[in-house]
Amino acid sequence: MRRLTYRFGGLVAEFFISWCHFIPWFAYALAAIIQGTILVTFVAVMALIFIWMERKISGRIQDRLGPTRVGGKFGWLQTLADGLKLLTKEDLMPEGADGLLFRVAPYVSFTASFVSFFALPFAFDWVGLRMNVAVFFVIAVLGLEVFGVILAGYSSASKWSLFGAMREAAQVVSYEVPLGMCIVVPVLIAGSMDLVTISEMQGGLFTNWFVLHDPFTFITFWVYFTCATASVNRAPFDLAEAESELVAGFHTEYSGLRWSFFFMAEYGSMYAVSGLATILFFGGWNGPLPITQWLGIDPHAAGHIQDALTHSGVLTHWQEFQVFVANLIGLLNFVFKCSVGVAVMMWVRWTLPRLRIDQVMQTCLKYCTPIAAVMFLGAVIWKYEFPGGLVLPPSTPLGHVREGWLTPEALAERAREAAAIESSLPDVATQGGQFPFAPKTPKKGTVPGDDFAGDK
Amino acid sequence: MILRETNSVDPINWHSVFFLLFSLVACAFALAVVFTGHIVRMAFYLVLSLGATAGLFFLAGADFVGSMQLLIYVGGTLVLLVFGVMLTAQGPFVTMKTTGGEWILSAFVGGSLLAVLLPTAFKIADWQNATVRVAGASDDEPAVARKLPEGEPTATRIGMGLLGARVDQLDDNNRAPRGSLAGYLLPFEIVSVHLLVVLIGAAYLARTKRRTRPRDTTGAELGLEN
Repeated sequence: MRRLTYRFGGLVAEFFISWCHFIPWFAYALAAIIQGTILVTFVAVMALIFIWMERKISGRIQDRLGPTRVGGKFGWLQTLADGLKLLTKEDLMPEGADGLLFRVAPYVSFTASFVSFFALPFAFDWVGLRMNVAVFFVIAVLGLEVFGVILAGYSSASKWSLFGAMREAAQVVSYEVPLGMCIVVPVLIAGSMDLVTISEMQGGLFTNWFVLHDPFTFITFWVYFTCATASVNRAPFDLAEAESELVAGFHTEYSGLRWSFFFMAEYGSMYAVSGLATILFFGGWNGPLPITQWLGIDPHAAGHIQDALTHSGVLTHWQEFQVFVANLIGLLNFVFKCSVGVAVMMWVRWTLPRLRIDQVMQTCLKYCTPIAAVMFLGAVIWKYEFPGGLVLPPSTPLGHVREGWLTPEALAERAREAAAIESSLPDVATQGGQFPFAPKTPKKGTVPGDDFAGDK
Repeated sequence: MILRETNSVDPINWHSVFFLLFSLVACAFALAVVFTGHIVRMAFYLVLSLGATAGLFFLAGADFVGSMQLLIYVGGTLVLLVFGVMLTAQGPFVTMKTTGGEWILSAFVGGSLLAVLLPTAFKIADWQNATVRVAGASDDEPAVARKLPEGEPTATRIGMGLLGARVDQLDDNNRAPRGSLAGYLLPFEIVSVHLLVVLIGAAYLARTKRRTRPRDTTGAELGLEN
């Protein structure tokens, strides 16, 4: 069977066609629905786990035990009990509220938070929607979450809600500026906005991760983390729901399932910004040690798999299994790193006191934005002067940049020329620049900004 | 990609289905914006309509433009809603009463824009027949999104187009980008500097009102004591 992708949805659809003999259009629709369902389930289950984690972490930090009763020693099922409680709560709406907007607002928030997961690559081929502007897409979609919050605050007909919503709006809109500047830095180094490409370029030892690329990216990461914490409205930037002043902020009037949608949205976006940090700064699905490469099963490093993919398109079952295992390891890496990011956010939440609104704005405009701007400038200069990195030379060179402005034919031609020069890379020519696996020392000319100059 | 590989006879053209879906949503909520009096609901419908338009862009394979639509128009509406409408509202749940004269005026403006756009759209010959030549497709296939190879950059093309190199006009005979075109970099720069001037002006106007107050706290300095 000829396969061009190992994308999860494609595999599921093929399974339905070849094993269940479904009609293709039905099989593809079914595969799309399954993929969406898996993502929704992932977000919901992650929220369950993180809420439990939050309880435990906050408990430990405050010298308590946290939940211990429900579901055994560690209170594993505490969130489930919470969920049951929320399900059975009455779905209240204030009398003066705007019914339509009040009901719709939680779904708006949750949708925005959930859609960003479409573009997050969980492993090499396990991404809902591979886009060449995925970074941009994730940021654009995550920025919409605040819309649900504002709708909730406005339609609740409550002063607490309105104040909370306004605070959150001002905060999120302000923090998008330094956040965008921080995100530009890894994009600049990778030369691509494709999250898959960005992760791929950080393969190999952990010294390839962009956070260790140069001092500027290292500082950028911390600025990013601060801004991301603020943009998902977590403590110490959670004054939109400051209990001592605003009862519960924008979700004061909500109860039951609708309230829990806001909560899922919050945990979903926490995970999404951690995922973005993981991909942009911490190598995405690549572990600290390139275990899959050493085992020879790395989906883009194993030459024979790539040969099979590009020449005949036929893989043996053993090779397919290898690709699957490599993707699974990648998935575990990614989920672990994201969870660490979320755990750090919780740690920060239960350690630092809440900022005042003027302190929040000061942090954003007086500190984060200028620092991000300087780091951006520094990263540009560094990228120009030392394109391969200097502090810790990469153990394995950065991968080829797959993105260029050239047509596929022109890319193939360019690759053929490169292969003629570097006889050590005979296979690249036939691949049209699609699956570069052979290591190559990064130099000027492999970065996409130089494409124009490098080509005749 | 793989979808086109395996089933050449596809009874459902998903592209058309989603095109109809998104365009229906966009049109329906655009009408809802016109016929609602409630300002915040209007903004909500507008966001849905603009979001559906972004969906159309994604469907056409223009990821960059679609994301732009989401970030600027949908997000911009949000800011407009927050800082324009809600802060200036006198009471809760503001509604707008549209008078007959406003209906006529807006119908005239909107209708004339439609009258300009419709003939322009129908004048483009490529849009009239269903088979459009897309890079990488055979000649007689109906136009389907995602015909371009995966990871084909759209942002890069736009950027290069700004610089004057039209990579979308590369052909088989002449691989070199057409670098002699003027590009839009200078107008783009002028517009952005203009925007900066506007921003500084707005900030200046906002600050001068606060000058007379005593500066005691940092909050007052930032104009955020409210």
